[in-house]
Amino acid sequence: MPATAPLHLAAEIGGPPRYDPGHYTGLARLAEHGALDFVTLGDSFARPGPDALAVLSRVAPATGRIGLVPTVTTTHTEPFHVASAVATLDWVSRGRAGWYVDVSTTGAEARLFGRRPAAPAGELWREAGDSAEVSARLWDSWEDDAEIRDVATGRFVDRDKLHYIDFEGADFSVRGPAIVPRPPQGHPVTVVDGTGGPARETAARHADVVLVRATTPEQAAAARTDLRRRAAAYGRDPDTLRVLVALTVDLGDAETAPEPGLESGPPLAAGGSYYRGGPVDLAELITRWHRGGAADGFHLTPISPGRDLERIVNGTVALLQHRSLFRTFYPGGTLREHLGLARPANRYALEGGRA
Amino acid sequence: MSTATRQMHLAAHFPGVNNTTVWADPRSGSQIDFSSFEHLARTAERGRFDFFFLAEGLRLREHNGRIHDLDVLGRPESLTVLAALAAVTDRLGLAATVNATFNEPYELARRLATLDHLSEGRAAWNVVTSFDAFTGENFRRGGYLDRADRYTRAAEFVATARELWDTWTPDGTPRPFAHRGQHFAIEGEFTVPRSPQGHPVVIQAGDSPDGREFAASTADIVFTRHGTLESGRAFYADVKARLAKYGREPDQLKIMPGVTFVLGDSDAEAQERAAEIRRRQVSPQNALLALEQVWGRDLSAYDPDGPLPDIDPDPGSSLVQGRVRHGDPLAVAARWRALSEEKGLSIRQTVIETTGRQSFIGSPRTVAEQLTEFVAADAADGFILVPHLTPGGLDDFVDRVVPLLQERGVFRSEYGGPTLRSHLGLAEPVWKG
Ligand SMILES: Cc1cc2nc3c(=O)[nH]c(=O)nc-3n(C[C@H](O)[C@H](O)[C@H](O)COP(=O)(O)O)c2cc1C
Repeated sequence: MPATAPLHLAAEIGGPPRYDPGHYTGLARLAEHGALDFVTLGDSFARPGPDALAVLSRVAPATGRIGLVPTVTTTHTEPFHVASAVATLDWVSRGRAGWYVDVSTTGAEARLFGRRPAAPAGELWREAGDSAEVSARLWDSWEDDAEIRDVATGRFVDRDKLHYIDFEGADFSVRGPAIVPRPPQGHPVTVVDGTGGPARETAARHADVVLVRATTPEQAAAARTDLRRRAAAYGRDPDTLRVLVALTVDLGDAETAPEPGLESGPPLAAGGSYYRGGPVDLAELITRWHRGGAADGFHLTPISPGRDLERIVNGTVALLQHRSLFRTFYPGGTLREHLGLARPANRYALEGGRA
Repeated sequence: MSTATRQMHLAAHFPGVNNTTVWADPRSGSQIDFSSFEHLARTAERGRFDFFFLAEGLRLREHNGRIHDLDVLGRPESLTVLAALAAVTDRLGLAATVNATFNEPYELARRLATLDHLSEGRAAWNVVTSFDAFTGENFRRGGYLDRADRYTRAAEFVATARELWDTWTPDGTPRPFAHRGQHFAIEGEFTVPRSPQGHPVVIQAGDSPDGREFAASTADIVFTRHGTLESGRAFYADVKARLAKYGREPDQLKIMPGVTFVLGDSDAEAQERAAEIRRRQVSPQNALLALEQVWGRDLSAYDPDGPLPDIDPDPGSSLVQGRVRHGDPLAVAARWRALSEEKGLSIRQTVIETTGRQSFIGSPRTVAEQLTEFVAADAADGFILVPHLTPGGLDDFVDRVVPLLQERGVFRSEYGGPTLRSHLGLAEPVWKG
């Protein structure tokens, strides 16, 4: 990776459960003030908190540029509904949506639905891959120019540009087409934590952005190389993958904490290796890792978003901007543009073109 | 309250995916861009409407095995778009149509409670029960539900959702729940505290005796097709009479027909416009399609400007998929034939005469008068207005009719409270701990 490759930054804005929209809007605006690529909002049926996708939809009209990426589980949900909701988030945000694919592994979650028992992670990540595949097909099931409004023939759409997806998987089948027209980004951005195990395979095959937890730059670089190799094996161009190091950060109370650095525990927040120090040292760490080619960027989970996001934006990000290592404004309008990812071609339009 | 000043409720229906919506009009805008939703919702709020309403269809309609291409097509997912609208409105109720057959209570109750929190008490759920195997092809379970069970599932679904909405104590402590019934056996903890309205407002839109009974037992609003004075009064009396059995007062269930309107400077001008809109709604292609929807047969060889077919409808036809069928096709065909013969009408003219007719046509004064009379005559508690244009179709009504309703004292000039329940005059449901 050339030293000049653009740096990508994202932040998680979830924390102790809050139900008032103003709280989330404030944090997303703060992240947007720092020109971050996107914010994520975690979600789980297993602990208190609102539906994350709805929260970020509520945030969308109150923000203008920042990408909005809610966690969405594929385990007990309907793939058809999930694809519709994520596409709709892309419409209401005018091309800033993503989804952070997750699975629900516990028996407690299974009993909330009463449809089937808990299943091993491997099985659930394979199903998550199928759900991502269904989403991508549904998002392509309307060609961009399907709507014709042709008064002469009385036709609103050209139905030859609407496609059945006919997905048949081990857990479900979906006929299509989508009920939502193709979203502004073509495909909203798919984010997967590909740190290890069965999730890595799903990430390599379906994700646009992969998060990896690592405690050394070497570890991160190895994960990145491995993901790119696996993506290539699926016939993907590895340069269409962004690998971000996931860090849980505790910026404490001081400008520079006595012992800045990275530890692998304790796991104070969900996932991520753990950084404790000041905002300046965090900027140093990001600079060092990024220059060394360990990652395309970072996904930061502040242990206390209300306190630490402000320090990340006004401390860490401001310093990176000052050093010309991070953008100071958004040159593009969509999340794909922030990430330097092209709007995907439509698979069905391509098929039609070849036929 | 005297009959003359009985207050009405008003809601705005986002133009639908059928031929009521005129897309060929040069003023017709996007059916999917957020700006269209924002425009209509802001207009409704400017008019102090009770709520904004979104319909749902979980599979694109088909006709004769092909995707129906003559009407507006493609919509966003309702709850997600309403969460975004909560950011650009303050008081307007936000109603989503969501199917009870192809969803699960835990997830949907959570999404609805979230919307109620995010909108500070403005969420509503229109419970629909489409269960057909055609729609089921987009879902994990396929077409698994018998028609007879559509309302037993819906009733248990709503009851379960209400249990979930009540699991947190009013002071914000989560408590575990367990529900065991014919359709659902679930347990655990709900992730959302009791929402500002206690329970989001529940709307019901089915017409069968089962549907009416379901509405009487648990709904706050009925969305009905009975939009003429005569059938409205009969429906109103029927549904309200069912309430006592459930220990409910007539006031606790609002009856709101979906209605259309056309305004003009004079009544004559409005009539002219209405006729022109009907011609646009029923294009030659749409006329044949409407005929095929009743007949259940391929009639593409017929001339829309010629006479009706001699052959009879096929009542068991599967020609039309993904569309709610209204009425007995043989009876409808007989009615259409009689009209066509009596007036010498072509296929297209017959369809225009029988299907397109708008509910309220006239000058703003005439329409305001008719709406008021309708409510005074116990034909409705209010109206769900269905404009024929996206997104400007409500502008004239809000600018010209609403002030007259306010002048007459039959519609609010300001919102009295923050929640949809307060607009509707409905009490917050008692917490059942
Ligand atoms: C005015 C009205 C609006 C309706 N809107 C929808 C809708 O948006 N989506 C849907 O799936 N079903 C809709 N339905 C269908 C009903 O929910 C119900 O499934 C159908 O009417 C069959 O129930 P029934 O036999 O009680 O009439 C609507 C029905 C009526 C009367």
